Amino acid sequence: MLYREAGDFKTTYREDAQTFPIAFDRVRYYLVIAIAFGVIPFVITDYWANAVMVPFLIYAIAAIGLNILTGYCGQVSLGTGGFMAVGAYATYKLMTAFPEVSILIHVLLAGGITAGVGVLFGLPSLRIKGFYLAVATLAAQFFLVWLFNKVPWFYNHSASGQISAPERTLLGIALTGPNTTAAAKYLVCAVFLFGLAWLARNLTRGTIGRKWMAIRDMDIAAEIIGVNPLTTKLSAFAVSSFFIGISGALFFAVYLGAAEVGESFGINKSFLVLFMIIIGGLGSIFGSMAGAAFLVLLPVFLKNVLVGQLGWPTDLAAHLEFIIVGLLIIVFLIAEPHGLAQLWRVAKEKLRLWPFPH
Amino acid sequence: MKLRFAALVAAAMATAVPALAQDLHFPSLSYRTGPFAAGGIPFADGYADYFTLLNERDGGIGGVRIRMTECETAYNTEKGVECYEAIKGDNPLVIQPLSTGITYQLIPKVTADGIPLHTMGYGRTSAKDGTVFSHVFNYPANYWDGASIIINYLLGENGGSLQGKKITLVYHNSAYGKEPIRTLEELAKKHGYEFTALPVDSPGQEQKSQWLQIRRDRPDYVLMWGWGVMNPTAVQEAANIRFPMENFIGVWWSGSENDVLPAGDGANGYKSLNMHQTGMDFPLYDDLKKYVIDTGKAAGAGDQFGSVLYSRGIYAAMLAAEAAKKAQEIHGTPNITPAMMRDGMEQLEITEARMAELGLPNFGPAFSVTCENHGGVGRGLIQQWDASAKKWNVLTDWIESDKEVIDMLVAEDAGAFAAENSITKRCN
Repeated sequence: MLYREAGDFKTTYREDAQTFPIAFDRVRYYLVIAIAFGVIPFVITDYWANAVMVPFLIYAIAAIGLNILTGYCGQVSLGTGGFMAVGAYATYKLMTAFPEVSILIHVLLAGGITAGVGVLFGLPSLRIKGFYLAVATLAAQFFLVWLFNKVPWFYNHSASGQISAPERTLLGIALTGPNTTAAAKYLVCAVFLFGLAWLARNLTRGTIGRKWMAIRDMDIAAEIIGVNPLTTKLSAFAVSSFFIGISGALFFAVYLGAAEVGESFGINKSFLVLFMIIIGGLGSIFGSMAGAAFLVLLPVFLKNVLVGQLGWPTDLAAHLEFIIVGLLIIVFLIAEPHGLAQLWRVAKEKLRLWPFPH
Repeated sequence: MKLRFAALVAAAMATAVPALAQDLHFPSLSYRTGPFAAGGIPFADGYADYFTLLNERDGGIGGVRIRMTECETAYNTEKGVECYEAIKGDNPLVIQPLSTGITYQLIPKVTADGIPLHTMGYGRTSAKDGTVFSHVFNYPANYWDGASIIINYLLGENGGSLQGKKITLVYHNSAYGKEPIRTLEELAKKHGYEFTALPVDSPGQEQKSQWLQIRRDRPDYVLMWGWGVMNPTAVQEAANIRFPMENFIGVWWSGSENDVLPAGDGANGYKSLNMHQTGMDFPLYDDLKKYVIDTGKAAGAGDQFGSVLYSRGIYAAMLAAEAAKKAQEIHGTPNITPAMMRDGMEQLEITEARMAELGLPNFGPAFSVTCENHGGVGRGLIQQWDASAKKWNVLTDWIESDKEVIDMLVAEDAGAFAAENSITKRCN
């Protein structure tokens, strides 16, 4: 069979420690990258970009961000929507204040600003944990939304409190604004997701990731073996918020083009991203993407099948969508509480042993 | 075999291509689910029923049949964008998102794609300025008109002076609810009333503290910019604190049966703006009954017939159909494109005679749209709820808004938008 370890020999530690030690996985990974960057940009349509791919890529970034905090470091957070709002409003302020600077730099800076805010709200994590910390981050969610609604400086004193992304270009190609092509939108988000996923994977494999996991598994034991909880927890908050800030920035600037804090970054966003990592799998980069794909694509797919193909009334379809997605989530979590990533891992285990399972 | 397949494909293509051109596509971005469904359902039903009537009675518009599609947005911007992307390639003649949030997303997109957007009495107020917003229309009236109409009505009630009066605005804490604040502040300077604004977070069931503050402050008048589940809650809360209901005035999106019925007798006397008449005493409703309701072709459950928001859906569809007719006239072809539809909307003229001809005499204000003015005439009326008869009574004639203040604010906001997005003004 294709999927096997037999004959796949490692002669150095370096080879043994690579992300995809199995040849088949490696090939598949390169194939996905090749399709993502070599094929999709040329065939993508406006509908596929704006309704399917771009939201998926952006939510995947947010899910990886939350997964670093919750999945790897064990700090439960309900502040994702608020941190996304920080990223969005930071980009907006930067975009309007420094129009000559590239939007890509603004997005990264917005991530940096969000990291700072995240650290600030991460401070209580040194004293409290679990549900109590969840409540503290929930406060961040409500405070940030309230702040962006209350202070007109954040939305440049516009009458309605909406922020809208002006057109910004890179090498003459529009990356934000209404004239952005589907391919440009897709590529910006895909490049960010690729870069950040790569970064996350390598962070979680290294010293810092091991420290996060030590804190997650047992904080007192971790402290005894020399992990500093202060820097470890705060670094998790910083890195996680950096990712979430970037996703918020892209969400506002590239995907929607205009946003309203209560509607776009409300508590529902926090729950949605949390569901993504729970369904996808805690502590897994692939799981973050799988969870994002599941929760973004499934409703669109169901809508297209029920309304587009079967011609059912839209309200009936919308209600059925809730029921089906909800049911599937329950079934998934009963069948595989560790999420889609674990399902995938088990499938691979079985394939390696096939056709002679124990 | 191969030949037959090729012939089939050719036949399919031959029939498919003209079929696309031979209808007028009016999409409906509706919401029949979520916390705003109470407002979304009757509007969507009315919108669909009017087009069904045109198909059944007149065979469409100018001899071309109308095709309606519906897309559920649940008042959610992301779903709204998904809907827009799904329909934009399908020749949609006019997009009516029925949500200020979605409108803000769509304004740059429709302008780039060349599809007209009609945001009747909602959306971005400064889109009235046609020199900046080429594809956006918000006739017959907008939020700033609405705010000014209420103040003008109150001026009339108080002998022409609001000096020293306290006016409080209870608003949905979103782009929609924030729209009237600037105008009300500006008018406060002009008329000398004391203005406070109290935000209610979406969706709006939580407003106890706001009403406690109102009870403490004792304002003379409370205005409301609410929608969906926020409205009945506010009416109930006002009744609970025994606020005099005749001093409580909602915008046109806060004045339907759904908003007052839950509060029962407590809602008696509550007032709201409206941009059109309601009730079923119009000849058009007889036609609707004959061709749509009685033949079982009504949209939805068919139980919204004749309600305020159903009538608003009818009104929206009527304005769209009239613009389509105008576009057919201008371009001399019954098969119009979105670009032609835009021209039709820009030259739309609704006269009282035309309204009577349509079976809706004096239903809405007479107005005409021009290249510079996409906002219509800016008139509205005040209606009051009679809880015992379960019926809205129209109290006033059409009230004009304060153009002096509004035109200044519109020019300012549209100018800022043009500068931000480097738009060159048109209409020269």
